[in-house]
Parts: sequence; structure tokens; C-alpha cells
Amino acid sequence: MVLVQPMPWLRTAALSMNLHAGVHREPAHLGGLSGMVCEMIQRGAGQYSSRDLVAAQDNLGIDRNSGVSTAFVSFGASMPSESLQAAISLYADIARNPHLPQDQLEDARMMAVQELRAMEDEPTHRVMRRLRELHYGEHLGRSNYGTETGIQNITQEDIRDFYQANYHATGGILSIAGNVDPDKVVDWTEAAFGDWRTGKLEDLPSPIGATKYEHFESASSQTHIGFAFDAVPYSHPDYFKLRAGMGILSDGMSSRLFDRVREQRGLCYTVTASCHSLKNGGGVFGYAGTTPERAQETLDVTLHEIEHLLDDLDSSELERWKVRIESGLIMEQESSASRASSMASDYYQLGRPITTVELETLIESLKLDDIREYWSAKPPRDYRIVTLGPKPLTIPAPPESTAV
Amino acid sequence: MPEFRETTLSNGLRVAAEIDGRGYSAAFGYFVRAGSRDEVDRESGLSHFLEHMMFKGTERRSAADVNRELDELGGQSNAYTSEEQTVYYATVLPKFQDRLIDLLTDMLSPTLDADEFATERQVILEEIAKYEDQPPFGAFERAMEVHFGPRGLGRRILGTTESIKTMEAATMRDYFHRRYRPENIVLAASGNIDFDSLVEQVENLTRSWSQRPKIATPDTDPADTVPTGISLEPRIAIPDAQQAYMVGISPGPCSTSKDRYAARALGSIMGDEGGSRLFWELIDSGRAEVATLWPHEFMNEGAWFTYMVCAPEDAKSNRRLMDDIIQSTLDNGIKPEELQQTLSKATAGAIMQSERPSNRLFGIGSRWLTCGEYLSTDDALDCLRNITLDDVENAAKKYLTTDATEIVAVAESPAATA
Repeated sequence: MVLVQPMPWLRTAALSMNLHAGVHREPAHLGGLSGMVCEMIQRGAGQYSSRDLVAAQDNLGIDRNSGVSTAFVSFGASMPSESLQAAISLYADIARNPHLPQDQLEDARMMAVQELRAMEDEPTHRVMRRLRELHYGEHLGRSNYGTETGIQNITQEDIRDFYQANYHATGGILSIAGNVDPDKVVDWTEAAFGDWRTGKLEDLPSPIGATKYEHFESASSQTHIGFAFDAVPYSHPDYFKLRAGMGILSDGMSSRLFDRVREQRGLCYTVTASCHSLKNGGGVFGYAGTTPERAQETLDVTLHEIEHLLDDLDSSELERWKVRIESGLIMEQESSASRASSMASDYYQLGRPITTVELETLIESLKLDDIREYWSAKPPRDYRIVTLGPKPLTIPAPPESTAV
Repeated sequence: MPEFRETTLSNGLRVAAEIDGRGYSAAFGYFVRAGSRDEVDRESGLSHFLEHMMFKGTERRSAADVNRELDELGGQSNAYTSEEQTVYYATVLPKFQDRLIDLLTDMLSPTLDADEFATERQVILEEIAKYEDQPPFGAFERAMEVHFGPRGLGRRILGTTESIKTMEAATMRDYFHRRYRPENIVLAASGNIDFDSLVEQVENLTRSWSQRPKIATPDTDPADTVPTGISLEPRIAIPDAQQAYMVGISPGPCSTSKDRYAARALGSIMGDEGGSRLFWELIDSGRAEVATLWPHEFMNEGAWFTYMVCAPEDAKSNRRLMDDIIQSTLDNGIKPEELQQTLSKATAGAIMQSERPSNRLFGIGSRWLTCGEYLSTDDALDCLRNITLDDVENAAKKYLTTDATEIVAVAESPAATA
């Protein structure tokens, strides 16, 4: 699928290429394979060596990134708009004609190990990575960085097999925004990708998270607290009712968590909670970091605020959130990269991109009763909680179970 | 083409704006000459603490009002403190210009309420603890402290746990009056701005700022002592770190040096992520997770940083490799195609940056505050185009030949991570 949005007032263009070659396609014993394939295909493709590729990208002025997520491998590139045609053909080479040079496998492996070890030194990352596994289950919640054993086990054959099975046109999304002529873009992408082979897609595994508390012992300065609970994903009709409630809780400096946990009580520097969506499941993920002696109070107050969202809901809170979202939508017009990635993500989650006007109308129509309805029907419960610090915390007992 | 306009108000406050009526947004920021280098020992961390207190209420607004109104105006707003300045900024839709300016300007006359001060002290202590847990575990602060000495440019921005615990509101009030004087402040703006209305509004709102009491500059601290809570040890022991974090610091160009563009190009050729000399040897090969270098310009001094992250057991050999790469650059120079590649990248970067007023704001405000100078995007592109191979090679000879101060943050017993 190719999506194009002209933004003629800009000097730039951006592309976002997403293929169904994400983490969930890795065999369980080869954690890190999708990330390594993403790295290997950029070590030379078509007529370019690894160094030529970088030189070509730099000379076209391409600001780029790449990486894997649960479902996808994604490549983002933004550039002065006159570079777009060359960039499309370059990314077609990377996706379609990679050399996968065997003599660079060890380098790529070492690179993956380096990244994994660096993440081990980030307490917040350790907490949130484990939380994701608890929330979605070991398969769906798998880390993008893989495991040290997985990375060590990967062979050249694994790289080639994974590439063959998952890099193809089927289900792929190429989204382009900026100062472009849509007809030309369609011609260029047709020429670059039109005859690419098709392949098979596999559904994401089902989310199978469970209520659980885990603690990592560490002589850290702060206790790092991560928590999650079930929530509807982006594609669900009630998603924006959830999202508005989360906005009131944690979007902006007057939001409940920032105001009541940090500003009024001084319990922490960082406290935040937000919605996360996969195609087949979602959740709210939150984090707070605080010194150990105040960690219990921080957890208690944070969960209390989340559970009591509806107690004193005020329409001014909803209005503030709406202005923030609407301002963000208008300012998105200044960035081809952010528009390209929103379109790709909307298409994947909903089967079509949402226009800015449509989203504005949807946001504007939300009422306090919508939030009440969602949060009463799906109250936060069955927390997955992970902490890292000198001492574990006491986890609140689940509320009295009520017959459903 | 954007238009540049500037003026100085009757109280001495300067206003500088890059105006582009086609923009979807408008960005505004107060840039204040108040940073950690302006503090004495008993004020350590004050510039940053004060930055937090600006959100804590004024004569006209409570702390909750300030946060609520910022949110009501949508957009993005925040503040930061560096060694040399404190900046309060926001990007909003143009229709909110007047309301935002009223709010930001009012915020800069804080009441410094005692209860809010006590609560915010806790937040700052949490912020310090947060960075203690994060790579590279204070290695950059330590490098600055050892290189510049623990005062002046080397003074850490957040202060120390000790200085924040003993900080008094009266000390903050004096510091505020000393540094937040109109002649020390620039209001910068970029994007879809109504300049005339901005100037008129700020002239009215800041009339009283010139009457702030004059506070004498405090005595300098004895140079033969080390401030409480500061260590100058080059090694930082981290309980269970997997990687070793190495920071090197030596002199670099200052913000008015003629060779600063050449030095930046050199930094990019040598150290850019994804395609530099250090990248190909150390990152692409998986020897290190990070291996880079770059110049950092301050007002009248400059620093040249090197930074490497790798397994502790590879630190020595990687360090040698990095030195070899630097030496070979000095011996054999730079290739024309390397310079071309770096300049193409920098040119595209400048063009892409220029599309968002919020990106332009910081360069405009900082430059006007510290140098009274404006550089348009086209001026910056010209500076890039004029860089020659000789300029870059001279910068290498000047900046890559001095001995560096080295700081290492690593697990107490590196063997444990093998």
C-alpha cells in the first residue's frame, strides 16, 4: 500500500516504509533476529556497498532511522524534497536487493550485543521491558533488542531465511508526505516496488498477560516503578474515550498525575502514564521514579489517582486536553516526517489513514460522559507491576471482585 | 523569506524575532543570562532550582494556575538551564500569542512561596537521584568539573544533594534579583508572529522590572577548596554497570571563534553516528556501542568532548584505536569527498530544521543573548558552503592535539561483567 499526502508549503519530503518483519516473527530461541536482519540489509544493497549506501544517503541529505517493533521493521527518511525520487529507489534496493554479506555477520552480531548491554544499564528500560512481557505475554511482549543467547545463536542461514520469509510486498506500507506531486510519487514507487514478490502474513499472537508483581534488586539511587493494565487498542471504537481519560490523567503540566504526585507532593521528578496499542491488544503503561523511602507512597498515590479519575471529573480538564491535541494536529502540518509516520500507523491500525479534519471532529465530539462510560465499564485492575531498587514494595490488594 | 526584527525596550530588555507569516505556529522564549557558572558555592544548583520555581506562582497566578494556563494554550512549553543561561519557552498557535506572552512574562516575576520552595526541593533531589541511576552516571559533569575546575563553567547545573538540601529561599531571592535584570534577558520569537503587538505588550508588562533591587555580587569562593559534595576523582564506581563509559574533554572553539564551523564539520567527519571515521572502525564493527567526538561552544571558552561506551574489557584497546584514528587524521588529513558528504548532510539538516519555528527559536535567542548577532538559515548555509579542507585540517591540528582529561564510569569490579 502506498499513501501520499502533498504538503506543498514545505521544502521537505519524508517517507516511512513498514514491512511485516517485526519481532513477533522471530523463533523463540532467536530473540534479536529481526533487529539483526534490519541491520544486515543496510550493509550493502544493489550497486552499493555498506559505505556507499551511507555516502549516498548523506549526499541526498537524508535524515534517517530504522528499527523493529512487534509487527514491523520500519525505515524513516526525511530529506529536501528534490531527493525523494532517488531515496525511493535506494530504499527499494535496501528492501529488495540486500547483499546480506556473510563477512559482516559477526560485526552486526557484536553491534546487537552492544545495544543490548547498554539497555541493561538503563533501569527504566529494564523495568518497562519486563513489564511489557508481563502485560502482553512472553511472545507478543517480546523485547525489540532480543536476548544475549538469541543473538549469539543467529546464523547466516537464519538471516537469509528470515529475510526470505518476511521481506516482501504483502501488507507492506509505504507512506510519503511533503512537497511532492502524488502522480509522480505513484510512478516512482510503481517503478521501484511494482514487481516485488508477494508473501504470506501471520497474525500477531494473542495477548496473554497476567496480574503479577516482580522486583529487580539493585543498589540504585531511585526505586523505578512500572505498572500496566488492560485497555482497548487504537482500532477500538472506544479508544478515544480511553485516551481522553488518560489525557486528563497524564498529558500536560496540569494533568492529575503531574499535579498531584509531583507538584503537590514532590514525590518524584518523572511520573507518567500513556496508552499503548498493538493491532490486537492494548494497555496503559505507566512509570514513576522516586527515592526508595518514598517509593511506596508514590505507588499508592499514583494508583489511587488512576482509580479515582471519575471522582471529580471537570469539563475544563477535557477542554484543555482537546486544545493540546488540536494544536498538535495543526503543528503536524509543519513536519513531513511526522505526517508520514501517522499515516502509516493509521493505515495499519485502522485500514485507512485518518485526515486531520476527521480526527479534529472526533476529538471535538468527546464528552465527559464518554470518559465516565469507558472507565466505569473497564476500570483499571489486574495490574502488572515491576519495580527496580533496593527493596520491593507492597502491592495493593485487588479490589473486591464483583460479579460481571 | 523570513524577516528579522529586533528592538531594545526602555528597561533594557531585548527582543529579537524571525518572522514568517506563513507558519502554522509561533514560538517564544525568554533567554536569561543565569546559569551555573554565575553561581557561588552556597548557590550551587540555584539557577536550575529557580527555573522550577518560575512555574510555582506569581502575584496574579497560583502554581496550579500557571500549569493550567500553559496547558490551556495547547502547544509545547518547557524550560531548561545550562551553564550559561536559563530558557523558558513555548510554541503555540498564533492566535494564542497575547495570552502566552502575558503568562510567560508574569512567570518571570515569581513569588517564591516558602511551601512551594520546600516541596520543589524534593523534586530537585529526585531529579538528581534520577540522573545518578542513568548512564553515563555523571561522567560528563565530572569531566567538566575536573577540566574547568568545580566552579565557573565546571559547576554542575543541578547542584549537589548537599547544596539543595541546605538551600534557603532568601538566597534564591537574592540570586533572582541579581541575575533576572532586564539587561540580562532576551525575549526571542520565531514563526507566525505579530512583532509590533509583541513589543508593545512586553514593554507594558515589564515596566517594573527595572526597579528590581540591586544585589551586590557575592564574594568568590576560595580557589584552594573543593565545594561540599563534589569529587574530582577521574574514576566513578557504578555498582552493577555492564558497560564502561568514558568521557574525554579538552579545549575547543568558543561561540565567537572563526573556526567553529570548521570544527563542527571535523566533529561530524570524525564522530557522526552512521558514517564517520570513528563509526566505521568502532561502531559498525561492534567494538563499541558509542564512539564519538564533538566540539561544544560556550560564550568565551570551548570544550572538545570524546565519548565512548563499550565492554570494560575492551576499553583499553578501543581507546588506542580511537587515538590511532585521530592521529591518522592529523597525519593524512581529510578527503574532499568526506567534507562534501558532511556538508551535504549539514545543509539538508539546516533546511529541515528551518521548517519548524520551535527549532529556530533556540539558535536565535541564544545568539542574540550572548553575541547580539542574528544568523538566518541562509547565512548559516553560506557559512557551511565556505568551509574548506584547509579549515578542517587546521581545526584538527588545533583541537585534536591537546591532552584530554579522562573520566571513566565503570562497575567496581569489571571482571564481574565478563
